[in-house]
Amino acid sequence: MRRFVLRRAAYAALSLFLLSVTIFLFVRVTGDPTVLLVEPGASKADLDALRHDLGLDRSLLVQYGTFMRDLARGDFGRSFYYRTPVLELYVSRLPNSLLLAAAAMVFSLLIGIPSGIMAAVRVGGWWDSAGKIFALLGLSMPSFWVGLLLILFFSVYLGWLPSSGSGTALHVLMPAFALGWYFAAAHMRLARSSMLEVLGSEYVKLARLKGLPEMRVIAKHAFKNALIPVLTLAGINLVLMVNVAVVVETVFAWPGIGRLLYEGIAFRDFPVVQAVVLLGGSMIVVVNLVIDLLYAVIDPRIRYER
Amino acid sequence: MSVSPAPTTPSGVEALPTIRQLPTFRTNGLPMLPIAILVTLALLAIFADLIAPSNPEIGSLSQRFRPPAWVAGGSTEHLLGTDHIGRDVLSRLIFGARVSMMVGFTAVIFAGVLGSALGILSGYLGGWVDQVIMRVTDTWLALPALTFAIFLAAIVGPSEWNIVIILGAVYWTRYARVIRGEVLSLKERDFVRLAIVAGCSKWTIMRRHLLPNVLNTAIVLATLMLGVVIVTEAALSFLGVGVPPPKPAWGLMLADGKKGLMAGYWWLTVFPGVCIVLMVLAANLLGDWLRVKLDPQLRQL
Repeated sequence: MRRFVLRRAAYAALSLFLLSVTIFLFVRVTGDPTVLLVEPGASKADLDALRHDLGLDRSLLVQYGTFMRDLARGDFGRSFYYRTPVLELYVSRLPNSLLLAAAAMVFSLLIGIPSGIMAAVRVGGWWDSAGKIFALLGLSMPSFWVGLLLILFFSVYLGWLPSSGSGTALHVLMPAFALGWYFAAAHMRLARSSMLEVLGSEYVKLARLKGLPEMRVIAKHAFKNALIPVLTLAGINLVLMVNVAVVVETVFAWPGIGRLLYEGIAFRDFPVVQAVVLLGGSMIVVVNLVIDLLYAVIDPRIRYER
Repeated sequence: MSVSPAPTTPSGVEALPTIRQLPTFRTNGLPMLPIAILVTLALLAIFADLIAPSNPEIGSLSQRFRPPAWVAGGSTEHLLGTDHIGRDVLSRLIFGARVSMMVGFTAVIFAGVLGSALGILSGYLGGWVDQVIMRVTDTWLALPALTFAIFLAAIVGPSEWNIVIILGAVYWTRYARVIRGEVLSLKERDFVRLAIVAGCSKWTIMRRHLLPNVLNTAIVLATLMLGVVIVTEAALSFLGVGVPPPKPAWGLMLADGKKGLMAGYWWLTVFPGVCIVLMVLAANLLGDWLRVKLDPQLRQL
């Protein structure tokens, strides 16, 4: 067990290291980072001064050392636009992103689980067919277009919901639905297939043999076990939602991490872009590690496989 | 997460993965709906200059925000209306097909060639080559694709060819993973061992014996990836780091359309979106069909 934990942790550490190297190298290999790191319109003398300040005249190895030392101290540089440390900005936006992701998750589970279960209970029925079309549309309709259509319908024609901004519960509804849309389809597919698997298992057959009414077999015996894979996926997806919300947040001017990233691009605020990518990637590496370890604790068979 | 074999329903009917059972309107076994959509879009893309009623990049301000022809205020001159600077929406959609197809196909091929090559190298050579390639693959897979693409696009700046390279650089990892797995089992097979005995070089074995055997998988992956790549390109263009204006890309049209959204100019938002969905839908359906036809092992993917 200890060896397994150590190895997983080492892999995660290696991934984080490679992540930092990737970001570091891409910024430097693809051109002169000073151009990205100064505000647009800086003079030649300013550029040279900054190049020296940043130590870009030194070797890549030394530069990487400095880069990592700053990161270790939580120094992601300053935003040009807001003139505050990037980490502060990130932390101030994080609650909004988490709120949106949580709401989107609730949407996607409320839609995905019941419809997936119903599709599995009546395989081949009309609900199952409708579910398939929904799953396909969920995968094919980009979330930001769904968002735009929602605005068109609920804000412009009906005038029921605010089209952008944040603050009230009404503001969360449309972005959460747009963001949750794709994941609802994914959760539905998984709920369906995992319910089918459970319904075919021995203990469900036993419950049926005992003469339990079908409703009770499904609700009490099958449902709980079918839920486990769906909730695992939902856990991973929650982290993903925080990090892929950029387009949806842009559509609804939602002040989260994604919006921060968009502003970073729009204002050529490079430290912001770099920090969002680094922190997002690190978050996912860490969550993957936690899930791996949790799985090993829950299911002893996994430990010896790798 | 482990992939379990296809579950069986209580009634004994085999339950297949959802997508595969979708109605594909098959004729002679071919999925006609997705093929029809893709062929139509391809024809539009190739003959855009002949088909499009007007220049997609030039409009007249006096004609701005004209609604589609069948709505009050619309004219047959602009069948699907005009945008915020009076450009013809239909013409932009037709030329947009060219941009989407070009970017989509080249990016998928680029990612496929890169990923397959690295996958074969990784799987066949093993050892430290395998370790290095797989660790990089894991790391890149950890980055959310869209965020990673935005990061790269922010560095290199918007242009059509940059987008192709960025999408390739982001999506090759999926190919590398799957192809490596295939190669790992292929290289234990007799025909590879015989080739070694016959004195083939490693290069020859990879090129002549392994590559043709993983080609099916690569093609299936490429088709399934086409939809993802097109949505990503649209998202990048929508955010202003993809195809640069005034080029007529569907994602860019949606970004422009947002300017007229609150005023109720729905045609600027609805039509480009429908085009994206049709193309992605067709790619997904075709990919699912190919997956069943060419590579039964990939059914669970």
